[in-house]
Amino acid sequence: MSETAIRTEGLRKVYRTGFLRRAFVGLHGLDLEIPRGEVFGLIGPNGAGKTTTLKLLMGLNSPTSGTAQILGEPIGSMRAMARVGFLPERPYFYDYLTATEFLHFYGQLHGMPRARRIDMIDRLLPLVHMERARDTQLRKFSKGMLQRVGIAQALMNDPELVVLDEPSSGLDPMGRLLIRDIVRDLKTKGTTVLFCSHVLSDVEEVSDRVGILIAGKLQDVGTVDELVGKRETTVEVTLHGLTDDLVAELPLQPHRVSSRGHHIFEAADHSAARALVAAAVERGGELFGYVARRESLEQHFMDEATSVERQDREAGVR
Amino acid sequence: MIKIWAIALNTFREAVRDKILYSLLFFALLMIGSSVLIAELIIGEYGKIIRDIGLAAISIFGLLIAVFVGIGLIYKEIERKTIYTIASKPVPRWQFLVGKYFGLLGTLATEVAIMAVAYVLVLNGIGAGTTSAMLPAIWLTFMELAVVTAIAILFGSFTSPVLSALFTVGLTLIGKMSEELVLLGQRSESGAVRFLMDTVYKVLPDLSRFDLRTQASYGLEVEWEYVAYATGYGAAYAAALLVLASIIFRFRDFK
Repeated sequence: MSETAIRTEGLRKVYRTGFLRRAFVGLHGLDLEIPRGEVFGLIGPNGAGKTTTLKLLMGLNSPTSGTAQILGEPIGSMRAMARVGFLPERPYFYDYLTATEFLHFYGQLHGMPRARRIDMIDRLLPLVHMERARDTQLRKFSKGMLQRVGIAQALMNDPELVVLDEPSSGLDPMGRLLIRDIVRDLKTKGTTVLFCSHVLSDVEEVSDRVGILIAGKLQDVGTVDELVGKRETTVEVTLHGLTDDLVAELPLQPHRVSSRGHHIFEAADHSAARALVAAAVERGGELFGYVARRESLEQHFMDEATSVERQDREAGVR
Repeated sequence: MIKIWAIALNTFREAVRDKILYSLLFFALLMIGSSVLIAELIIGEYGKIIRDIGLAAISIFGLLIAVFVGIGLIYKEIERKTIYTIASKPVPRWQFLVGKYFGLLGTLATEVAIMAVAYVLVLNGIGAGTTSAMLPAIWLTFMELAVVTAIAILFGSFTSPVLSALFTVGLTLIGKMSEELVLLGQRSESGAVRFLMDTVYKVLPDLSRFDLRTQASYGLEVEWEYVAYATGYGAAYAAALLVLASIIFRFRDFK
């Protein structure tokens, strides 16, 4: 049994568009390896190649060049697809089916016998909090409910690899929490999860590793700590009991003033923060808060995206 | 087989919930019913005219359903992205196409059966009577629909609905006039034209083989060997079209 859930080597996709069949590179030679049991989050701005990557892996599109394997099998092979669950972005389903009929249909596509389908449906509908809607037609579902049954269909075959494209799309905070819980449960079971999301806090929270895809190129891969730990932390210092004159004498100026009159400062590091606190206490001020802030994945992602955009502009590429 | 069956059943369910289908069926039944009035206005054999109009209605409305539901069958799956969750399952793409095909064929069989029952009821109601060739005529009308549905699926597997409709309607019309193509070739003095017409006739579907309306209207006998031969021809032609569609569809990207 392969220890690698997903392996891509030089995976490239060129789309031909328009009457003149102009080339547009959707993905530039992706090299990626995701071990079994890992939760891997793929992030990137719109048009970065995230969905292209997932479509190639799911056999929906053929690569222009390069190779990829899923669970040791070539992408698109029936043996690979039998062990994978997939939820596309903004999924559309047959809306005249009830939730139960819908899951039976996808179970049949996996060649599952009826008894096993019934068993899975009885397990999955409560898991996605949809047991009450089991006999309701999908056309009566809200966007969030569709997303939930969409996740249930992706889990019908008890897959070894689950691929989710924007699973939190259209979900309320409770729904997002549910997705995070499902991903954690899958990880506990040893299931590999690959997912794309714009909700970076979700990615940060559940992913073992994160890949940043920008303009069809994988810019960075690593754990959240590895990615954001490359940057210095900042320290947020909140001081109380200082007049404006005294604040003007401090080595740093406040970032903002809270509604309760607290002065909030952002120091570049701990030594700067300590010097600020000492100067404030000397002038009769009180330390109200001291929080060391790590750069968020979102900040890191924004920096990467801005940097690539600047490089492309300088190189004359749109 | 379970996968093809699941897709076919799903397609059937989807089609029978399509409002266009009910509108077409309504007009077909209306036409069959009004054939009595039309026959009153036309000078000629009353029973023959009613039999002819009824069979024509079954054929025309069946063809409309086959073309307009058939061309959208694959396109809609891609446009609505429902194909994403199906093509990412362990379902070979040819099984998806064949499932969709049989789903629509099941719908057409139901439609033809309803129209046929209405037709026989009208004929018996006015005392025009049925003829022995009617059942084979209706059966071969269904076989014609099986070929046209396969044509629609073939074009629907790689072109837009508009182009699909144009190609399917065009090919259907040529197929209905295929005997004239042969005659045209035979009358030509040019060997190239004869060869061209002969080749076109052999390659394109000869839908005139499924037309037993004259025999059914006049009450002529139809040999069962002929019905079996035409059925075999239709099944083989539809199968060849589905094989071609599957080959094209296998390499298609879903954007």
